[in-house]
Amino acid sequence: MIFWIIAGMAVVTMLPRLIPAFIVDKLQFRDWVNRWLNAIPYAALGALIFPGVLTVIPDRPHIGLIGGLVAVVLAAIGLNVILVVVGGIAAVFFLTL
Amino acid sequence: MEGETFTGKRTATSADMVKRGIAAGFPIMLGYLPIALTYGVLAKQAGMSILELTMMSVVVFAGASQLMAANMIAVGAGALEIIIATFVLNFRHFVMSLSFMNRLRTVSLRWKGPMSLGLTDETFAVTALHTKEAKQEKGALFYTAIILTAYAAWVFGSFLGGVLGEVIPEQLSQSMGIALYAMFIGLLTPSVKKEWRVGLVAVTAMLINALCVQLGMSTGWAIVLGTVFGGMSGIFLLKEERK
Repeated sequence: MIFWIIAGMAVVTMLPRLIPAFIVDKLQFRDWVNRWLNAIPYAALGALIFPGVLTVIPDRPHIGLIGGLVAVVLAAIGLNVILVVVGGIAAVFFLTL
Repeated sequence: MEGETFTGKRTATSADMVKRGIAAGFPIMLGYLPIALTYGVLAKQAGMSILELTMMSVVVFAGASQLMAANMIAVGAGALEIIIATFVLNFRHFVMSLSFMNRLRTVSLRWKGPMSLGLTDETFAVTALHTKEAKQEKGALFYTAIILTAYAAWVFGSFLGGVLGEVIPEQLSQSMGIALYAMFIGLLTPSVKKEWRVGLVAVTAMLINALCVQLGMSTGWAIVLGTVFGGMSGIFLLKEERK
């Protein structure tokens, strides 16, 4: 039973990842499609950050929000991503003490 | 860095590219470990063996859906139900993979194919914001190193969670829940500083995503719609080709 769950999950996760590798080899995209695809990373980051960040501590959304804002400030002053991550963790840690 | 020197691209050796890839993948490792450990613990409690829960990480490599599956197995959900829910949750990787693969047109399908299997929200975010390597000679190695760093952390962390149980104190592990969000923010912010319109694209996607969640849509579809339609605002906002 578990084996089939794992196998099925693997297939439905692989296909959406793999199919685009074949698609882009076959097709040339128009300019606007390329512009769209180049904007996807920024859109994806936006969609992954919010509103998900509010659920870090599920019953206290403001903690995730503050942790996120701390990360924005640290990143804005030019710190390395690793330090931004550590700073975010520290902020949430102290807020939940 | 070396890239600026005379004959820039050629001076980067394979070993350099791999090293830089591991460094770029390190924040993902930091973010994955606590989640992988949590997954390992939950999957074990759900009745999966160490082999099963590690194998799931090896062949699925998709954090959110594995945590969901562990929960569903624990409550006795059916296999088909779990597989369909996984598909819905992970369909967003189709859009991301399309964007990533379009950037790697110069890389052969023999490389691109296996690489696409290592695409997650996090590996996509990191690879997609390191665009200049796509045009460099050994660029594929750089991206592969990022992916393998993340993959190793995920698989090893799951195994460890299954074997050791709760190793990280609860207080710390819940604080580490912000790690991947902080990484996404740490990646996005410098791009916004460079080009404010990028921020508009991201905010558009956030609002669409939040609206979809408000309307009761599942997380998976909400992120897909936020990414697809948020990205469309880029067609108008990011007029000039961003090299």
